[in-house]
Amino acid sequence: MLTRRIIPCLDCRDGRVVKGVKFQGLRDAGDPPTLARAYELQGADELVLLDVSATPDGRATAVETVRKVREMLSIPLTVGGGVRSAENARKLLEAGADKVGVNTAAVENPQVIRDIADQFGSQCSVVALDAARRLDGDGWEVVVLSGKKRTGIDAIEWAAKVVEFGAGEILLTSWDRDGTRSGYDLQLLNAVSRVTNVPVIASGGAATPQHLLEALDAGADAVLAASIFHDGEYTVGTIKQFLSEKKVPIRP
Amino acid sequence: MAEAPKVAVIRTGLANLASVLAGLRRAGAEPFVTENPADVQRTAYVVLPGVGAFGPAMEKLNGTGMADVLRERFEAGSPTLSVCLGLQLLHEASDENPGVAGLGIIPLSIRKFPDTVRIPQLGWNEVRPESSAAYLQNGFAYFANSYHAPAAAEGWTPAHTIYGVPFVSAIERGAWLACQFHPELSGDWGLQLLKNWLSLAPSRVIASELKQC
Repeated sequence: MLTRRIIPCLDCRDGRVVKGVKFQGLRDAGDPPTLARAYELQGADELVLLDVSATPDGRATAVETVRKVREMLSIPLTVGGGVRSAENARKLLEAGADKVGVNTAAVENPQVIRDIADQFGSQCSVVALDAARRLDGDGWEVVVLSGKKRTGIDAIEWAAKVVEFGAGEILLTSWDRDGTRSGYDLQLLNAVSRVTNVPVIASGGAATPQHLLEALDAGADAVLAASIFHDGEYTVGTIKQFLSEKKVPIRP
Repeated sequence: MAEAPKVAVIRTGLANLASVLAGLRRAGAEPFVTENPADVQRTAYVVLPGVGAFGPAMEKLNGTGMADVLRERFEAGSPTLSVCLGLQLLHEASDENPGVAGLGIIPLSIRKFPDTVRIPQLGWNEVRPESSAAYLQNGFAYFANSYHAPAAAEGWTPAHTIYGVPFVSAIERGAWLACQFHPELSGDWGLQLLKNWLSLAPSRVIASELKQC
């Protein structure tokens, strides 16, 4: 049976892992290859490395970070943040990413999803879908530029559309929940996983093992979390132990 | 100390090669990437990684003359590891690109997973090899595939996995090993598999030739 994945996320800037709430007040949280290897040893099923620098210099550093992490890591690595074209994706894949996530660029030009899928295969084309509840409370809309801009695009319709364009996986982040430690947005997760037939990774809001369990029960194929692991409150191992006891299929 | 074995890794596309190379290095090998059929003829170990689609990959293998060299390696039984799409390319045909001929080393076809499961299969699934397998052991491996081999051909020892349907997750025959999963992304279990193949394959070449007689 296919097991559910536990995916720690490393937000990286200038060659370091950073953490903060909604990308504000970033604090240093360690060396990417060292943390990556530690998570693999704890039992992580995959890693996501998100480049949160916003400058061309930062992007170049990110490629170098991917290279260093790859040498240490023998589990899959997804890299996202600032990917604007198949050419950007190629650089990251050559450096050692196995999958590449596109976010803002996909909203501006969905063709970039198809370009990446055509050149490298759907299995390495991940769309990072950032969603927030509409201000009138009715449904969700896509947000871009690290949550700074609301697009008005219906998040559920967008999820179905990116799959048509060749996305092989959706990394779904609730911008309302991210950094709040109040749990994943289960309604959003359920709505997205119902309209697509590709795997969906839940992201945004996890603070306890119970939150991860809820997301998996709501239809997530994988759960992503950052601070819950960085703070050392839980290890991937203790969370997997908890999920196994709750009968979730987990890789031992 | 023995010299690190040289491994020619065939460039069939662009993605994921860095992971394959890093995995082989961790297993103690000295891998290099090549598009030159002569390298594939004369290097002791060859890896056929797979990324992208069946049709374009076959076009590339045929265009570079690599397809013929791979068939020669099969006849000689020389150590060869195929990964993911690499396993599928050994077959005759695939649902992915109907009408495109594969390498035809295995006289069977590749099918798409049923609609009842999420496609692609992304994640760790359980691999159960037959007890006579030389390289493969029970364990969890990382998969990233939309298509699968429903059955193993005669003469090959399979491992099975279930995703909606039972499918062949790996096959071995003499010094040949083909995996639908990614050993280079399958943690310590995958690393051990690479080491097993590197250390045992040379001694199994003859057995493969005998089988073909």
